[in-house]
Amino acid sequence: VSIEKLDAPDLLGRNKFNIDETEPHIVIVCPAVLYKLDKSGEMTFDYAGCLECGTCRIVCMNKGIVKWEYPRGTFGVSFRHG
Amino acid sequence: LSEDKFDVIVIGAGPAGIACAYTLAKAGKSVLVIERADSAGAKNVTGGKLYTYALDMVDEGLAAQAALERKVTHEQIMMISGDRSINIEYNDPSFNTEGKRPQSCTILKAVFDEWFAGKAEEMGAMLACGIRVDSLIEKNGKIVGVIAGSDEMYADVVVAADGVNSLIAQKAGLIKEINPAAVGVGVKEIIELPAKTIEQRFNLKANEGAARMMLGCTEGIHGGGFLYTNKESISLGAVFTPQEAGHHNRSVQAIFQDLKMHPSIYPLIEGGKTVEYCAHLVVEEGYRGIHKNLYREGLLVIGEAAGFVVNVGFAVRGIDLAILSGLAAAKAIIAEANLANVGPAYMKELTNVKLLPIMKAYDGFTDAMSIANMYTTYTKVAADIFQNLHKVDGTVPESMKKQLFRVIRDNKLSPWQLFKDGLKGMKAL
Repeated sequence: VSIEKLDAPDLLGRNKFNIDETEPHIVIVCPAVLYKLDKSGEMTFDYAGCLECGTCRIVCMNKGIVKWEYPRGTFGVSFRHG
Repeated sequence: LSEDKFDVIVIGAGPAGIACAYTLAKAGKSVLVIERADSAGAKNVTGGKLYTYALDMVDEGLAAQAALERKVTHEQIMMISGDRSINIEYNDPSFNTEGKRPQSCTILKAVFDEWFAGKAEEMGAMLACGIRVDSLIEKNGKIVGVIAGSDEMYADVVVAADGVNSLIAQKAGLIKEINPAAVGVGVKEIIELPAKTIEQRFNLKANEGAARMMLGCTEGIHGGGFLYTNKESISLGAVFTPQEAGHHNRSVQAIFQDLKMHPSIYPLIEGGKTVEYCAHLVVEEGYRGIHKNLYREGLLVIGEAAGFVVNVGFAVRGIDLAILSGLAAAKAIIAEANLANVGPAYMKELTNVKLLPIMKAYDGFTDAMSIANMYTTYTKVAADIFQNLHKVDGTVPESMKKQLFRVIRDNKLSPWQLFKDGLKGMKAL
């Protein structure tokens, strides 16, 4: 069977990304499930798989997210279909 | 005219920005379109389909050349309750008449926008990709240009076509933070399948397509699913209100994955290969969600950045409205030599191109969409009614009236609630 439920890392693995390692953009309804709570209760965000939709910005502005910018030009997700 | 001074700088190579640049360039204006993606369209996402009339309003004959997928002849509405479903299909072969513009076509946004941007370039617009506009240049209270990294570029008018998150319109003080209740978060997979398979599964001719809107697949969260057939892929997705989704015990991604496995969806995509996963915010408040201030001297806000999207449940219109707004902005810029008059002229053009009247006509639907019962209870009621219609087990059937009252009772709907929702629905229509 080729159609199956895919977890978020697998879904993101299908996309083309150009990761900006030197200047990460940003700082829980992330479609890519990139926000994770670690054991110490610290929230981490893995910006490498960001789909740049802005949902976190809308939901968390002034409630955790201090600054939200798009990645620099050419960086981030690159949709082939969209 | 110096090299870094343009008549107009457009921020964002989406349908709004490109329609604007195309029209301006055609009229002989010097236009620079700045796009942060590698190529036009590579940051853009749709459901989706396009109502084609808008392209021909920009330039007669444009729709016939466009990079479109399939002509939509099969319009479907599906109500889902658990593993049951009701699918209503309106099939209109006239939407696929040889030599006539099809009413709507499915599209892939990255492909379409890149084609459209190419057309604007042919008209003489300049396209600069891979550049993120960081901020605006203000002089004496007027917007006179943009800053991108260490570069400054100047123009008589800057057009913000930078999408739903419009950081530019916010930086210009025209738009405050977006209310989370006013948007939906959409997710979508592109699932590749051979053209023949798609045509067989959806009962389509070679260039025909199906579009399906789905209710009852969001675990009660305001929202719904959608499915569009492209030439050799299926766009399957769902939209959720982020606030409700944020308080839900499952992620939108997980709820959406369940939709793929639904017994009425899985057979349509079986054997396919997921090649992309996208997400996008969708403006949900229609006419009343349009931002109040869409211009200041030297700056116009168009497209999704302005809030030009309507969702009426059975159809979503965003791209055609974006194109109309780009056209309106261009017309205002062309007509007004005095920069102070461009903004007010843009507002008038939004009415002339019928954008505002179209959005106003749909205004009531925003109330209808707010009926909370629609997303679970009413899809279950509909499925229960159909279950009763098709139930034959040798017992004496109840009268239709009795059946209906029992279904309403079983679903714990009070007559008062039904009356209230009915009235809301009636008023909306």
